[in-house]
Formats: sequence, C-alpha cells, structure tokens
Amino acid sequence: MGPLNALDAYLIPVIDGVAYGLLLFTLAAPLTLVFGAGGVLNLAHGSLYALGAYAAALISDGSWTSLALAAAAGTFAGAAGGGLLSAALMPVTGRGHLAQALLTFGVALVAGAALVLAFGPDNLRPTVPAGLDTTVSLAGHRYPAYRLAFIAIAAALAAGGWLVLARSRAGARLRAMVDDPHMLACLGTNPRTVLAAVLTVGGALAGLTGVLGAPIIGPGPGTADTVLLLSLVIVVVGGLGSVGGAVAAAVGVGQVQSLGVVLAPTWTPYLLFAAMALALLVRRQPLPTGGHA
Amino acid sequence: MSRSWRAVLRRGSGLPAPVWGLATTAALATAGCLADPYTLSTWTRILSLGLLALSVAVLAGTAGLPSLGQVAPYAVGAYTTAILARHGITAGPVQLAAAAAAAAVFCLPIGIAVSRTRGITFLMATLAVGELTAVAAGQWTTVTGGTDGLAGIPATQPWWGTAPILEDQAVYGYAVAVAVAVTAVLWWTLRTPAGLLLQGCRDDETRMRASGHPVARYLVAAYVGAGAIAGIGGALLVTGQRYVSPGDVGFEVSALVLLAVTIGGGRSLGGALAAVALVALVRDWAAATVPGRGPLLLGALFIAAVYVHPKGMVGLGRRRRQHPPVEVEVPSS
Amino acid sequence: MTQTSRPQLSARGLTRRYGAFLAVDDVDLDLAAGDRHALIGPNGAGKSTLLNLLAGTIRPTAGQVVLAGRDITRLRPARRARLGIGRTFQTPAVLESLTALDNLVVAAWRHTGTHTAWRPARRRTLTARGLHRLDEVGLGDHAHTPARELSHGQRRLLEIAGALSADPAVLLLDEPAAGLAEHDLTLLLDALRRLPAQTAVLLVEHNQDVVTTLAHTVTVLHHGRVLATGTPHAIHTHPAVAEVYLGTPHGTG
Repeated sequence: MGPLNALDAYLIPVIDGVAYGLLLFTLAAPLTLVFGAGGVLNLAHGSLYALGAYAAALISDGSWTSLALAAAAGTFAGAAGGGLLSAALMPVTGRGHLAQALLTFGVALVAGAALVLAFGPDNLRPTVPAGLDTTVSLAGHRYPAYRLAFIAIAAALAAGGWLVLARSRAGARLRAMVDDPHMLACLGTNPRTVLAAVLTVGGALAGLTGVLGAPIIGPGPGTADTVLLLSLVIVVVGGLGSVGGAVAAAVGVGQVQSLGVVLAPTWTPYLLFAAMALALLVRRQPLPTGGHA
Repeated sequence: MSRSWRAVLRRGSGLPAPVWGLATTAALATAGCLADPYTLSTWTRILSLGLLALSVAVLAGTAGLPSLGQVAPYAVGAYTTAILARHGITAGPVQLAAAAAAAAVFCLPIGIAVSRTRGITFLMATLAVGELTAVAAGQWTTVTGGTDGLAGIPATQPWWGTAPILEDQAVYGYAVAVAVAVTAVLWWTLRTPAGLLLQGCRDDETRMRASGHPVARYLVAAYVGAGAIAGIGGALLVTGQRYVSPGDVGFEVSALVLLAVTIGGGRSLGGALAAVALVALVRDWAAATVPGRGPLLLGALFIAAVYVHPKGMVGLGRRRRQHPPVEVEVPSS
Repeated sequence: MTQTSRPQLSARGLTRRYGAFLAVDDVDLDLAAGDRHALIGPNGAGKSTLLNLLAGTIRPTAGQVVLAGRDITRLRPARRARLGIGRTFQTPAVLESLTALDNLVVAAWRHTGTHTAWRPARRRTLTARGLHRLDEVGLGDHAHTPARELSHGQRRLLEIAGALSADPAVLLLDEPAAGLAEHDLTLLLDALRRLPAQTAVLLVEHNQDVVTTLAHTVTVLHHGRVLATGTPHAIHTHPAVAEVYLGTPHGTG
C-alpha cells in the first residue's frame, strides 16, 4: 500500500479524531478555567456532560425542534448543576484543594448513580435529526453528516468561547483571576462570584456539549467517567489554567482516541499515560519556593 | 489499632503499638475460628482493600501526597498474581513478592512524573493514572482477559510445597497473616528515620531542601513503597476470590477506599483500616437490602464525610506552610 | 584579618529580573571564611531575593555564584545545602509536626558525613548532639514538644539551631531578629556568637543593634544594586546611605 493509500485509509479516523478533540476541548476548557479561577478541581464535570447527553436521548426524536428543545434543556440542566455545585462548595471554601475535589467526587458518584436509576444501566442511542441522519461523500468515503455538522458547531462554540475570553470584559476579568487571584480581589471583584459564574457557565457548556455530542459519546453508565478522564488528561497535558494548551492537548487526545483505536487499540491507554508523563516531566512545575520576600 | 498509630506519632502515649497490633491480630484470628465461610470471604476482601487504604493513607498522611489513583498499583499486583497463578506459580511468597515488585516497577516512572506536581495537578494526574489503568485492564485482552477478566485462577499455596488453600477459613487466615505482616513492616518503617524524613517533606519541603534533603527522591521512594503495599493488596484480592476483572480495580473501588481514608484520616493508619471495614460492610449491607442503591449510598456518604469530618484526609491536601507558588524557574530538587 | 583568605562564597554580576523590574541588579559580593557580613537596605531593595539567589531557591537571570572555587550557579538548593550553605527563612521554617529534637535530627541528617553508618546509630548520635544544641538556644525543656506548639521566638531559635547543626561553611540568615522579644534576642545573639570562627555569615537584618553587635562588614542594597560596602562605622557615616534612609524608620543613627 502506497503512502497515499495509507493516508486515505486513515482519513476517516483522523476526521473522527477532530470531532472527538473538539468535543473534549469544549469540556476541558471550562475545567481548566474553573481550576485557574477558583482553584477547584471539579470531578463532577463529566456528570454534567452525561446530564446533557441523557437530555438529548430523552427529548430529541429526530425533529429539529426537539433537538433545539434538548439543547435548551441540556444547557439549563448543566448550568443548574454547575450553580448547585458552587453552592455546595461554599462551606468547604478554604479547606484546601483535596476537600473540594473529594466533595465534587462524591457529587459525581451520586449523580452517576441517580442517572443510572433514572435511565437504566444501558447505553442509550439518541436520535439524530432526519436531515443529518445520512452520510456525505468525503474524498470517496461515506461519512456521517451529523459528525461534520458537530465539528462545525463545536468549532464555532470553541471560537466563540475564545472570543469571549479574549475580547470581553468578563473574559478579561477571568484571565486576570487565572493569572493572579489576589490582584483581582484587590480590584474589588469577589473571587467567589467569579467561581460561581465560571462553574455555572462551564456547566451550561458541558450540558450543551452533552446534547450535541450524544451521538458521538453517548449517554450510559460510564459516560461521565470516560469524558472526565479524557478531560483530566487534556488539562494535565495542556497545563493547568492554559486554554491554548488545552486546545493542543485536546486535538492530540482526540487523535489518540480515534486513530489509536484503529492502529493499536491495546495501546491507547498507554499513549495517554505517556503523554501525561512527558508533559509533567518536560514542563517546569511551579513548586513552592522559600521566597518570603 | 487506631490508638496504636497515634501512639507512634505521639511517642510514648497510651499502650505500646505492638500490644494493640497483637490484640487486633488475636481478634481477627478468633473471628476466623467463629465466623461462617461467607462472612470470612467478605473479610478477606476487606483485608485486601485495607492494604489499599493503608497505601493511600501512608502516602497522604505521612508523605503529604493525597493520591487518588492508588488503585493502579493495586490492579498491577492483582493481575500479576492472577497471571502467575495461571502459569502454575502458586507459591504465596513468590506471588506476593512479584505483585509488590511489579507494582513498584510500575510506580517508579509514574512516581517520577507525578511527584513533580503538587496540589490539584497531583490529584488530577493520579486520578487519571488510576482510571487509565482500569481502562487498560479492560482493553489488553490477551493479557488481562479484557472486560471478562481472568477466571479459574488456581488456589494459592501459603508456602512452597504446601497444599493449596481452598477453604474460606484458610484463605482468610492467609490474608490475616499477610495483612498483619505488611502493617507491621510499615509501622516499623515509619518509626525509622525514613518516617521522620517523609513527615518533614509533608510539613515543609522548602525547609527540607534548605537542609540538603533530596525531597523529590524521598517522595518517589514513598510513592513506590506505597505502590508495593497496594500491589500486595491486589495479590490478596486474587487469592481470595480467584477471579479478577476491571470492575475490581475500577472507579467504585477507588471511591470506596478514598471514602474510608477520608473518614479514618490519613494520619491514623489504624483508623483508615477500620474505616475500610466499616464502609465495605455498609456497602455490602446496602447491596443486600436495597439492591442497586450501593453507589448512591457511597456517594452520599462521601459528601457527608467531607462536610462533617473537617479533619482526616480532607485536611491533608493543604501543606502546612504555603509558599507563594511563583518562580517558574525553580526546579524540584 | 578576615579579608586575606580566598572567598568562601562569591557572587559575580548576579542579576534577577522580573519582567521589567530588576530585583537584583549586577551585584558582586564576597564572603570569606569567618566573615560576619550584614546586608541592609530599605524594603524592596532586593535583600531577600539576593539571599534566595545565593541559596539556590531562585535562579538568577544573569551572573554567577561560586562556592569555594566551584561554580554552583546551576545547582539546586538541596545540593548547595549539602555543599555547605545553610540558611534560615524570613518566616521561621520549622517542621511543624515534628518535635524540636527531631527537627534538629532531620536538619543534620544529610550533613553528618556518616552516610554509611548504621541508621539507628546515626540517629542516636544526632539525638545526643541535638539535645545539646537545644540547651544552647534555651530550648532544652522543649525537646519533645512538637514545633507547632512553640512560640514565634522559639521557632526562630529552633530554625537557627537546625541551620547550625549542619555545620555550614556559609550561613545565610534572613532577618533572624525580626519579631523576637528581648529574652529570645539575647539567646539568638549568644547562639550566633558561639558560631565557629571560620563560618562565613551573611545576614539580612533591620535591627541596627544586631548589625552593629555581629557584623564586621556591612553592604547597603538599594534598588537591587550595591550602594556601599564597608565597616559598620564607615556605612554609618556614608553620605549616600544617609540619603537613602532619610525619612525611613530605620535611619542610620
């Protein structure tokens, strides 16, 4: 097989990887910002995605209206979940990273169990709108139209989020808080308000991603774990609080998840291991110093 | 036993730790003579989880590294034992040594990577390591049997040349002996200067560096040692149930052990052990009385434990002295 | 008398830049064996940064640090400590959950030169030495008290006792007298006076009495640069120094 043929054979997994990567990026970006802005590791983030995915499976029946309804419901549920989380975190503020992480871990367990109780232990298959439930020709291959549409929408979401972060006033405040939480406190913005806002908006984004991504990573008992794990890998590889790093890492992890499954299915977990180890070893870690000056 | 560990930390108070250790061992042995086989197989599993909790507690409590992924070396130890047994190597000491060694070797590169991080990055990286290991166990079909797991594992021989242990009572006795031995060795190790140095790193690593201590090396050693303990726990799991699958090393096991250490507190090793027993028994009880609600209960307990138990492991994530985390140029030493 | 020997520790062109801000700017400094050298200057002059650069806690943007003829600029703090640089921090850094005695055992652990010795024996030796040293700084009664229960002054003394038990060739002290009551200050001065004669000491200090009691040489740092170096008396009467301190609470008088 010539190199061109080889390239051709892997075209579909590569495009799948792009869809995966964009999905994971829209999940990992809020996770990294929640850490950067509030110092909180939100282990319930995957559950908010699962919430959105179940909303899609439940509401979307193949019509565009139902998809729009599902998107609204998923977004709202995600936002509500994020808001509830920030309220639940209030009493443990100042008790350290671990207490907060363990609390969100407990919330994730409860949410996961509740979702299984409500929707059963099977993986559900959401219905894609009829207009997108087809394939298109892509360099001689048939490719699901929905995935292409998802790539476009997720890219738009990511770009929109980036614009808000880079251009808007709120985005500037958020970036300032990621860079230097103390400085922002001096400017009169309450860090708790920012944390609650980031958790709520991040939750909404996760819920919406869940609705749109349901045909790609569908709702089931393992969904929350899977997307949380991949988002964590992305944040570790990309660097905490770094949105640019998350983009690069999400693209890489997306390819590992799709191309890797085709080329060396056994090795995908180890590739992710290796990527994390490499990122931790190569990047200089900001360890505590003795500088009390 | 919890008292005994606190006695180690507050030197000279209460009864000597060995007395408590002996008393606990005697109680466990008596229970083995009295209880029915089903209860004993439950307790064998609890002892296996107890070693996993011990590994989490020593890492979080003594070294100040709250790892969320100790289930990874536990899995390595369990699968190593299972594979050895299926290849006819059933001598207990060999299985335990191999499980500990494999887990330690597994933890060395990972320890070098994750010990460069602190705080949230450490939590994230270790959680990802634990989860990825469970994923790997499910995907590496040729070695791990995939999601079906490895069944029909031959029984362990407690010593070379002895008969394989088949009865629940004998298996339980073996598990008690191993768990007591590991706990005693760990207790002794923490009493040596190694324990002091690890506590020093937990308290203030900048001070330790300024006193010439290679902090990163100590922490990697602690990570590897704790991994070996978890690996032995995994070996006990396989000896006990003679079957292993990704579900035995998955998210829920991590959660159960973390909850136990949260309740029992990372600084009190006995407390962590007792809490594992409590949590596992509550879960089993829940599974029997309200089927399907186990994870829900576990999660609710978790949330409650974080809220009502401000001490324990929850307080350990904070380093005592907060240095400004600036100076990106400063390498670990 | 002390300037004749080769410098123990010297800095050449040491610079640390934070963005546009020069915290330490092209500083040359020599410490010979036996030196008692004080570093003074207004707040933000870069004194602590300079100390951290010498101890290795911060990497310099430019310049060189040499210890006994060996370039240690790229070495990490733990390595420098093992080569003989001891230090204390501006906020006393002690190991909170360890007893005062164990703090000293841990502080001396890498410095006994008996690394091959059987560990329990090493611990016994260090425990005996530690008890003696605790007596010297007036903490003999608190040997088995966890460090977190000690007062600020006692922690300060404990940290200094720890730094001393490593027998450092160079000792860097960051404001040792800050926040000390009269009684603890006396104990501190006693402990520092008992230092081996050949130990080189660099001391960042605001307390004028401590500086005049201990220091043979004083360097004034201002905006990260060396403004003047000389005997305490010469610095006292230096016109540029007077100008820098004019209106500041420390004064030169």
